[in-house]
Amino acid sequence: MMQAAGPMLEIKKLSVSIHGAPILEDLNLTVRAGEVAAIMGPNGSGKSTLAYVIAGKPDYEIVSGEIWFDGEDLLELEPNERAQKGVFLAFQYPVEIPGVATMTFMKATLNARRRSRGQGDLTTPDFMRRVREASQMLKLDQEMLRRPLNVGFSGGEKKRLEILQMALLRPRLCVLDETDSGLDIDALKVVSDGVNALRDPERAFLVITHYQRLLEHIRPDVVHVMAKGRIVASGGPELALELERNGYRDYAEAAA
Amino acid sequence: MTAHVVQRSTAETTLMRQFETEKLSSSPRRADAFGRFIAGGLPTRRVESWHYTDLRAAMRDAAPLAPAPDSGAIEDARAILTDRKRMAAWRIVLVDGRLVAELCDQFPPAVSFSREEPSPVDVDDPMVALNEAMSVEAYVLKVADGARVEGLIEITHISTAKDARSVYSRVAILLGIGASASLIESYLGAGPGVQRNSLAILTLAEGARAKHVVLVEDDAELHIESRLGQLAAGAELNDFVLISGGALTRRQLFHKLIGPEAKITLGGLTLLDGKRRSDTTLQVVHAAEAGTSREYYRAIVDDEAVGTFQGKVIVENAAQKTDGAMKSQAVLLSPRAQMNAKPELEILADDVVCGHGATVGSLDPEQLFYMMTRSLDRDEAESMLLEAFGEEAIRRIEDDVLAEALRRPFWAWLARERVARVGGEGEIHWVESAS
Repeated sequence: MMQAAGPMLEIKKLSVSIHGAPILEDLNLTVRAGEVAAIMGPNGSGKSTLAYVIAGKPDYEIVSGEIWFDGEDLLELEPNERAQKGVFLAFQYPVEIPGVATMTFMKATLNARRRSRGQGDLTTPDFMRRVREASQMLKLDQEMLRRPLNVGFSGGEKKRLEILQMALLRPRLCVLDETDSGLDIDALKVVSDGVNALRDPERAFLVITHYQRLLEHIRPDVVHVMAKGRIVASGGPELALELERNGYRDYAEAAA
Repeated sequence: MTAHVVQRSTAETTLMRQFETEKLSSSPRRADAFGRFIAGGLPTRRVESWHYTDLRAAMRDAAPLAPAPDSGAIEDARAILTDRKRMAAWRIVLVDGRLVAELCDQFPPAVSFSREEPSPVDVDDPMVALNEAMSVEAYVLKVADGARVEGLIEITHISTAKDARSVYSRVAILLGIGASASLIESYLGAGPGVQRNSLAILTLAEGARAKHVVLVEDDAELHIESRLGQLAAGAELNDFVLISGGALTRRQLFHKLIGPEAKITLGGLTLLDGKRRSDTTLQVVHAAEAGTSREYYRAIVDDEAVGTFQGKVIVENAAQKTDGAMKSQAVLLSPRAQMNAKPELEILADDVVCGHGATVGSLDPEQLFYMMTRSLDRDEAESMLLEAFGEEAIRRIEDDVLAEALRRPFWAWLARERVARVGGEGEIHWVESAS
């Protein structure tokens, strides 16, 4: 079947507040299939809010605007429905779920996604094979996957586990919220390799980061600069280098 | 004789009449026990240990005493047993508080079960006294010194009455020096007219070890269960209850560590829905040194149900080097659900490590959101969190067979809840059992 001609993700004039305080204001953003788009910006610019709003976190008030994903109105959908359509958010701070074994959780989520697309559950050997392949790539000890989800995992292990889940769920749109924070150089390499392995003409990435160093490993096609709740500049990879040299000050002032 | 006139409730008046007409009063021991009961009558909120359960107000009348089971009742009991997956190697069946030999198994030589009044235990509680006054039969299960019973022993309390009946049962469990056994007690069959007063005395001699699980699954109007334990030096008791039925359930535990280095672990999972109420009130007394006590209770409370946990750990002067920890945790699933939690410590010794805590809350929205971003529906995510919450409690029994016995009613309750909440299919399991 032909892919729809329009962009995969289209955000139009989105304004969002939390407890009455505006966070995003008139934000516009377009991401196309196959694209790796980086979003850079200073602390408090609204990057994580944007990630949460795309994923459907309920705490935010959508004041105005639209989010279209593959031609569907994303704001009408529950977080699980968005995930079933192919949206994935890799959390900056993955949540601990005591009492639920990581492996059990991953199997349940993978089957939920499959069922939503009319596919049957995976057989256990098939599931185990996929987990083995993905965990080898991400250098995650399989024994760890028997432990409760994210409980007692180091910061780096949690981030690698997010990418492992992403690899298993094979989403259309991967939103990475500061996946590089808390990673040392080796872990950063492993995580980036995991992400790069998933690059595909049918898949898009929205890579949210504070620093340019992640983008040395995950090469973006487009770089957007965010300040005070909106996109204030867009360009090629060279924009990230410029930000690294000059900081965000000029943009923060421009947005004011 | 009291000079002033006491205003008796209808239930108290009925109990007095029952005590006289059933000729129970001819026994001085019973007469004494009934005297202790009637002095204060049915407990009200003014009795501290009954503060959250006003039994006098809840009990409009005392139901007629259940008669000895006839052949029909025995057949009903047999049918209830046939419907259940058999877990135990040895089964004792009490129907309406009386032993039904034809439904019981033959015990190995080191274990005996006989009709016998247990030695008295000094606990001051009106319903403990009433049990002593009204129980027609009493039994003692003995495990001989040094015996290590391999299979599970089950004591099944069955009520078969179709209408209002009160049922008294009275059992003592004695483990000899160095003996060990795993026990399961199940309460089955009671319909909404049954008022139950069940008492168990647990005595562990030096170095004895018992794992004990109690299942309250049926629908009694009133389930009052008292457990009186004594642990000698080095004895270990691990006791866990799962409550998934009963309109008003009151479980009261009075345990005492009388010898040094005894260890007691008490736990429970209470599952409440509708307008049901459940009250767990426990007292653990450390009377000797270097004892360890753990109390971990969890509750899931939905609809307009009310849960109560009152725990008091008393460390006497002599009980130096005591190690105690108590925790009550509840998840409320509805804005009208309630949980009362009152953990207390009373420490008279100076060299001890004791702590307590209580949490009451709803399911964590951050966890639910995280799970939903991975494709799970809200109700799948909720049931996964609830199952994990209960599973963490169940695992504390540290015994695969007993844990499995606890999971069955837990999963059944979750499935009923799920149907009530979302109307979907009930049975889904997330947590892999014993692995």
